[in-house]
Amino acid sequence: MQGLVPTATDGNMATEFHNLQELRHSASLANKVFIQRDYTEGTTCKFQTKFPSELESRIERTLFEDTVKTLNNYYAEAEKIGGQSYLEGCLACATAYLIFLCMETRYEKVLKKIAKYIQEQNEKIYAPRGLLITDPIERGMRVIEISIYEDRGSSGSSSGSSSVSGSTAR
Amino acid sequence: MHLGVSESMRECEYSQISTRSSTPMETPYKKKTSKKRKWEIFPGRNKFYCGGRIMMAKQTGVFYLTLVLILVTCGLFFTFDCPFLALQLTPVIPVIGGVLFLFVLGTLLRTSFSDPGVLPRATPDEAADLERQIDVANGSTGYRPPPRTKEVVINGQTVKLKYCFTCKIFRPPRASHCSLCDNCVDRFDHHCPWVGNCVGKRNYRFFYMFILSLSFLTIFIFAFVITHIILRSHRNGFLNALKDSPASVLEVVVCFFSVWSIVGLSGFHTYLISSNQTTNEDIKGSWSSKRGKDNYNPYSHGNIFTNCCAALCGPLPPSLIDRRGFVQSDTPQLAPPTNGITMYGATQSQQSHMVSDTETESVTKTSAFRAPNSFCRLPPHPSSSSRAASQ
Repeated sequence: MQGLVPTATDGNMATEFHNLQELRHSASLANKVFIQRDYTEGTTCKFQTKFPSELESRIERTLFEDTVKTLNNYYAEAEKIGGQSYLEGCLACATAYLIFLCMETRYEKVLKKIAKYIQEQNEKIYAPRGLLITDPIERGMRVIEISIYEDRGSSGSSSGSSSVSGSTAR
Repeated sequence: MHLGVSESMRECEYSQISTRSSTPMETPYKKKTSKKRKWEIFPGRNKFYCGGRIMMAKQTGVFYLTLVLILVTCGLFFTFDCPFLALQLTPVIPVIGGVLFLFVLGTLLRTSFSDPGVLPRATPDEAADLERQIDVANGSTGYRPPPRTKEVVINGQTVKLKYCFTCKIFRPPRASHCSLCDNCVDRFDHHCPWVGNCVGKRNYRFFYMFILSLSFLTIFIFAFVITHIILRSHRNGFLNALKDSPASVLEVVVCFFSVWSIVGLSGFHTYLISSNQTTNEDIKGSWSSKRGKDNYNPYSHGNIFTNCCAALCGPLPPSLIDRRGFVQSDTPQLAPPTNGITMYGATQSQQSHMVSDTETESVTKTSAFRAPNSFCRLPPHPSSSSRAASQ
């Protein structure tokens, strides 16, 4: 596992990336952290707010917890059983569910909001710290995948760049 | 001589590559010309139609039987019984029959064609991360450890989450792996051959509406066909009535045998919905009080009304498998971990190290994921064992 976990060295940790494109091209993927689901309240979508140890040197705990808590709130809003969801359900049943051909469900609307929020968080907070959050919907709502990037220059070996492009690794 | 043969073969290979594309490529795998959609590389045993919009199980024979039975019975009803009933009684009868028939058909097609709530399989990085955690917990050994479970406390009840060896995930609560479709399905109820699909979180309400409306339709047709025959026999006598309308006999027979099972099933599912259980849980007796004094259903909302509303009118979750999306061929992969991974894992991650193409990797995953029982009996891959030796 050596070389995969970024070791806390002097100044190399404070690599600055100005945008996501730069991050992807100038950095190599060092590690991925997976935030698992929290099932203590049932099957509603909720992620654990426990701060993973791999991120300790990369980002402040409060920022991370804020992100996860906001995401949890969004999912709770999407899955809320209340007046609006009943109305939508009854209307859909009455129209033999054909209404979904022209109307977006509330869940889908919230998912779009979540995608925008994640993009914004990546640009403002995570990319400057060499991290990237993957939308949980792309991982089957099972995990929040946080990719940890290292500056290519500091990784020190050619295997760093080849793991991204994959072409020269044989 | 051997060298000469390989030289000429290599020559052929080079010329093959140059004719395929004009740009000098670093890898011999072409992926720019054909963009595949995700349903084309889906690892489960499902059939897809209309470009991935329709998703069904592999065996659909019984579904066609259901469709034929419904269409033929209703067709006969509208052709032979409705004219008489519309004239003698009221034209509202065929109208109500028509509405019921359309609703039944709509819900049936919706149940059969939609994604029941399939959970996508773990990405290689996710699977590797889980393996690492489990190995840390068990202590790294060369052989496969006993079935992995994780315990969670949900609303005061301890629930065991099982690890799915095929999908390489810890199944969320209430999810189950369907062996017929080879997928993990969220809130798995059962696999219904009559609708040709699994019944899970996303299509349970359609399934329930289907069997409920079908019960009404069956009882409706049965009642009015009997009425039709009785009215005719008042006029012409019973045998003549049967001779005049032979289709009615067939309808009565079909409806008589269907009504018991369908009405029974509707009743059973009404009970399940009101207590917020799945067929799976009910059959296993997971929340039955016979298991223990403190055993209760942690998912129930408390009262029947809320449970019903939640199941039928709750928010419809989105499909997690993104059938129509395009396969991303440039997702960065982690370098495979060098220790604590079973042979299978090493082979798979070695494959992913060789090509950056996600589609090929998924193909490897498909063939390897198919037989969870045999993965520890896989013969050692020559290059993976040499890699292990070089560590």
